[in-house]
Amino acid sequence: MAKFTKKPKDLIADIDYSKTPSTDWMDTPVEFKEHTFCWGAKGKNLEIVGFPNARDWSPAEEDWKLPHDWENTVMDAIKDRLSKYRSFKLFMDICVRCGACADKCHFYIGSGDPKNMPVLRAELFRSIYRRYFTAPGRIFGRLAGARELTLQVLKEWWYYFYQCTECRRCSVFCPYGIDTAEITMMVREFTNLLGLNTDWISGPVANCYIKGNHLGLEPHTIKSSIEFFLDDIETITGIRIEPSFNRKGAEILFVTPSGDLFADPGTYTCMGYLMLFHELGLDYTWSTYASEGGNFGFFTSNEMAKRLNYKIYAEAKRLGVKFIIGGECGHMWRVIHQYMDTWNGPADFLEVPKSPITGTVFENAKTTKMIHITEFTADLIRNNKLKLDPSRNDNLIVTYHDSCNTSRGMGLLEEPRYIIKNVCNHFYEMPEDTIREKTFCCGSGTGLNAGENMELRMRGGLPRAMAVKYVKEKYGVNMLANVCAIDRATLSTLMDYYNPGVRVTGVHELVANALVMKGEKPRETNLRQEPLPGKEGA
Amino acid sequence: MMKMLVPLAAVIVLIIVSLAGVEAAGLEAVFGIVIPYLAFIIFVAGMIWRVIDWGKSPVPFRIPTTCGQQQSLPWIKQDKLENPSTCTQTFARMILEVFFFRSLFRNLKTELHDGKVVYGSDKWLWLFAIVFHYSFLVVFIRHIRFFVGDVPDVIHILEALDSFFQVGVPLVYITGLTLTAGVLFLFLRRIVIPQVRYISLPADYFPLFLIFAIAITGILMRYFTKVDVVAVKNLTMGLVTLNPQIPQGIGSIFYVHLFLVCTLFIYFPFSKLVHMGGVFLSPTRNLANNSRMERHVNPWNYPVKVHSYEEYEHEFKDKMKKAGIPVEKE
Amino acid sequence: MYDSGKIIIGIGIFLLFVAFPFYYTAIGKPVVKPDPRIDTPAIQAMEKKQCVESKNAMKTLHMQMLNDWRDAVVRDGQRFYVATDGKTYNMSLQNTCMHCHSNKKKFCDECHNYMAVKPYCWDCHIEPKEGA
Repeated sequence: MAKFTKKPKDLIADIDYSKTPSTDWMDTPVEFKEHTFCWGAKGKNLEIVGFPNARDWSPAEEDWKLPHDWENTVMDAIKDRLSKYRSFKLFMDICVRCGACADKCHFYIGSGDPKNMPVLRAELFRSIYRRYFTAPGRIFGRLAGARELTLQVLKEWWYYFYQCTECRRCSVFCPYGIDTAEITMMVREFTNLLGLNTDWISGPVANCYIKGNHLGLEPHTIKSSIEFFLDDIETITGIRIEPSFNRKGAEILFVTPSGDLFADPGTYTCMGYLMLFHELGLDYTWSTYASEGGNFGFFTSNEMAKRLNYKIYAEAKRLGVKFIIGGECGHMWRVIHQYMDTWNGPADFLEVPKSPITGTVFENAKTTKMIHITEFTADLIRNNKLKLDPSRNDNLIVTYHDSCNTSRGMGLLEEPRYIIKNVCNHFYEMPEDTIREKTFCCGSGTGLNAGENMELRMRGGLPRAMAVKYVKEKYGVNMLANVCAIDRATLSTLMDYYNPGVRVTGVHELVANALVMKGEKPRETNLRQEPLPGKEGA
Repeated sequence: MMKMLVPLAAVIVLIIVSLAGVEAAGLEAVFGIVIPYLAFIIFVAGMIWRVIDWGKSPVPFRIPTTCGQQQSLPWIKQDKLENPSTCTQTFARMILEVFFFRSLFRNLKTELHDGKVVYGSDKWLWLFAIVFHYSFLVVFIRHIRFFVGDVPDVIHILEALDSFFQVGVPLVYITGLTLTAGVLFLFLRRIVIPQVRYISLPADYFPLFLIFAIAITGILMRYFTKVDVVAVKNLTMGLVTLNPQIPQGIGSIFYVHLFLVCTLFIYFPFSKLVHMGGVFLSPTRNLANNSRMERHVNPWNYPVKVHSYEEYEHEFKDKMKKAGIPVEKE
Repeated sequence: MYDSGKIIIGIGIFLLFVAFPFYYTAIGKPVVKPDPRIDTPAIQAMEKKQCVESKNAMKTLHMQMLNDWRDAVVRDGQRFYVATDGKTYNMSLQNTCMHCHSNKKKFCDECHNYMAVKPYCWDCHIEPKEGA
């Protein structure tokens, strides 16, 4: 496959919202366009977690190597999920196609493809629901908006439901709260019953299942990665930090997405956690077994997500900690906040989180017993427990990108902002229609952050990039802060594409830059080992 | 185009059927008694069945769409309406949704200008949705005067407000006009906005045409062609007192109006119009965002195959020991 | 989590709303069909019992006629109405209509009450005093 070379200008020139195909959507066959879809899952990865129809396959090929009775498998699964999820059933019945959601989806905004309108994405499935599960659909067929389940339909599902990042922005605007994420999750479950996932999702799932994290880092590698950061921290601050791993009796278990251990700029965020916890003298431990906060299982099936999530509570119990702190991640927090306790609780072996530094009891986490690190840090700053020198971040003009999941599946809006405003002197918000509950996805969530679908990613990221461009031009913003591991990886690519010069950071990198540590040497550089403002000549 | 013509033809057929039924076949008893009773039963039973059917599927996870600041630290101001964490707050959020269409009020319009994405406020859909639904509600409630002997004062007050301008004789009801305007707007945006036209199904046009025809026949009866309203009330009161009768001399247009209304009632539980009941059950709106505070139980939660720590340690023990990571079994 | 309690309450409220006419009529005063009387002395004395226009027209259109009369008299100073049958009438509620229909309670109010309409004739005109 040729490399993706389309220029932003040409990509935008393709978009025309007023244009719809001349044929009805049911008569417009799906076209698998280069650079807009991911490679198929590998058989070996599906086998590891026991997923059905494990074999190598390619979405670009005609033959998808499906089981011969795949239609029945899908029908049975639809019936089952309708009886298990009120959301799914209700969202099948009550949509009035008012179109309020249509231009709210980042993939639609970036592509103009009508099947990326949330309403039509849902109709791709709803048409099948009507045909086989409602009386009008059975009797009146197409007149009632129903159609037969065919291989073409299945392929269309696959193409478009792996073009939805479950960001829930449509759900904010829907008068009935219809959440396309719920429908995408279900259709993805159906495709997984046929062995139709992507390599970029099933690989990390298999890794996480066996090795504890998406990247497949084995225990000694996790430790050595972190030791590498410790060397850098020593170079920058003169302080040698000694964190612990799998330590029984620690007060706190810390879980963060493994992406933070692996690639810039997530690694700097990880250094930030290490420095903060050291400065506080926090009695905490890392775990190599529960070494993943994120959950790519969530992009395959509910059951797989639960199987991966199991490790967090299991490890907390084994180590005998009192509560858990979770790092900066988006979908991880959707899972922790809305699913974990229900799946794998009750966490009655843990205690209600209480900050050992400030004594604050986190009543909002009294049953799940896991708090977000920005809740923890915001509380520290509020109680004056940190010595901060925000001028060290003076070369940064910062804006903040809300993750879809923490904003619309949790409501974590002010905590990170409070922290940023205390550790940076230059902070500017993007336009209000693009932040907080109306925030835009990075365009690469739900396991779409692969390389082969780069055009899709750049299209999906267009609205976010445009909002950043606005503050870049208006205020000279050069740093895009966020609390999400996928953002840290994907927004960097997105900024290089649309807004070169804008870099990406986690909130705790900014914290650690500003953090004045006991016994540190005068700092010359930031965590990226670039000169601090005023030290450029040194 | 067919998507629009078929429902239009269907409504025309309904009108012809009722006209022919009454004028040519003399089936007043069918159109005035049998069908109205049937329609009422189907509507009520159908809606209840619908809601119970939804209710039979559990809400396994607590998945509110949060649209504001969560309840976390006491000094951070929670957005109690957009991100409720208690039952009362959630109730308030639902009131806003159901009675004021809160979510629709957020509507934005996204456009591309010179390669830039811009967003503008777009409240027209909200405005006309409000106008349409409230007009319909008032029109519906006003009709109670045909169905009770001693009309409650609230109905009189409602009527007085509805005819506030005191124009014409009989006084023009504002909601009759706004209902028609609302339907027209909802129809026009379906054909004018390319995206909405592309997603529209016959099932989207049919109720609009049907409601339009109901409104027009109602307006015709009240202001233009005239029917013997006392006879009409004799008929409706016969239905209510379970003592049905067909008075003489009611104009045919009344039977057309009634038949269209009956069709709407019958159609209701089997169509997208069930959003009337569904809006109350939407799990992204009617749940409190307290999932870390209060445990939510999934009734079908089942044990799953996991990769236990023991298996993990067994597989990586040597590497762990070499790296100085503590293990359970030496 | 099924929330069946809340769903049942919701269905109950729905039923209360849609079944309102049935129970409200059942527990309220019995419904009496209107029976407007034309047995006033003036009508009794008429040779041909004929209103300004035909009975059917009067039934469905009297409100418009009264409205037109008011406009003609008050705004245009026009006092006479020529009926379809060629007869001329003085356009006056008090002197023409109520002359024959002197029994407001037994005539006007019968249907108006049944239909729950409240014409605003008597906002300006003085309501006729009727003997018991």
